[in-house]
Amino acid sequence: MPIDRSWIGRTGEPVVMHVERGKIREFARAIKDDDPLYFDEEYAKREAGGIMPPVTFLQTMTHWDDGGGRVRPPMDLKRALHGEQEFELLRPIHAGDVLTARMRVADLYEKPGRRGGTMTFVVLDTEFTNQRGELVARARQVGIETGQVVKD
Amino acid sequence: MPAVKRYWEDVKEGEALPEMRVEGLTRTDFVRYAGASGDFNPIHHDQTFAEASGNPTVFAMGMLNAGILSRVVTRFVGRPAVRRYRVRFATRAWPGDDVISTGKVTRKFEEDGEARIEGELHAVNQKGETLISGSFVAALPRRP
Repeated sequence: MPIDRSWIGRTGEPVVMHVERGKIREFARAIKDDDPLYFDEEYAKREAGGIMPPVTFLQTMTHWDDGGGRVRPPMDLKRALHGEQEFELLRPIHAGDVLTARMRVADLYEKPGRRGGTMTFVVLDTEFTNQRGELVARARQVGIETGQVVKD
Repeated sequence: MPAVKRYWEDVKEGEALPEMRVEGLTRTDFVRYAGASGDFNPIHHDQTFAEASGNPTVFAMGMLNAGILSRVVTRFVGRPAVRRYRVRFATRAWPGDDVISTGKVTRKFEEDGEARIEGELHAVNQKGETLISGSFVAALPRRP
C-alpha cells in the first residue's frame, strides 16, 4: 500500500501529564534503577531540588493519552519495530510538575528492506512544556513497519 | 546507588564509563515495564500473539533495554546533568538474555554556556550481539 504523505505535519491533541512520585518509583524499579534520586525525597531535594523522573520516563505519557494525543498512520503491530528514540532534556523536570505534550508527525518515508519488501518509517516529534509554559523536553521517535513479519 | 560527584576537568576523552550488567531478563520484567510505561503491545507479553507474529516467544521492549542502558550515563554524571540521550535499536532481547551496558566519553566541549561531554553507548547481550547503540550529552560542573 502506498504511503499517505499527507500525515506529515499532522499534530495530536495536547496531552496533559502529571509527573507523579509513585509512577516515578514504579518506572525506576521497572528499569532496575535504585538511584535514591527517584526514591528518597530528602536526598533528592538536596541533590536536585526534588525527585526527578528517569531519563526515559517521558514515554509514560501514553498513560495520560485518552486517544487523541498519539498521531500516526495506522501500523500493523505484528510488523512494527521501534527504530530509534531520542530525548533532549532542556530544563529540569520534578515530581509534581504538570507537563503538556504535543506530538507531531515530522516525517514519513519508505525504503527497500534488506530482507525484501518495503519498510515504512515514521518520525514522531513530541514537545513537552511545564506548568510555567517552559519547554522542558523534546522527544523523537522513529517507528518502522517492515514489509513482512519480523525475523532476526 | 547514587551517582558519583564528577567535575568536567576530571573527565577525559576516551574514558570508559563503568560497565553495568543485568542478568537474565524475565517475562515478569517485560510485564512490569509494560505497566510502568504503558506499552501494552501484546508482542511483548502475549505468547499467542508473539507466535502469530513469527516469533518463538515474547521479547523485551526496546525502551526497557534503553532504560537499563541509561543507568550507565546517570551513574557517571548524575541524572540532572543529562542533556540528551539517543538510542538506536539493533537486535532484540529475549527472556533469559543479559543486558550488558557500556559507554565511553568521546568529546569535551562547551555549548549553551555549559561545560559538556558527549559519549557513545552500547548495550549487548551475553553473546556480544548489539541490542542498542546510542549516545549522550551531559553538562558537568567546573572545578571551583
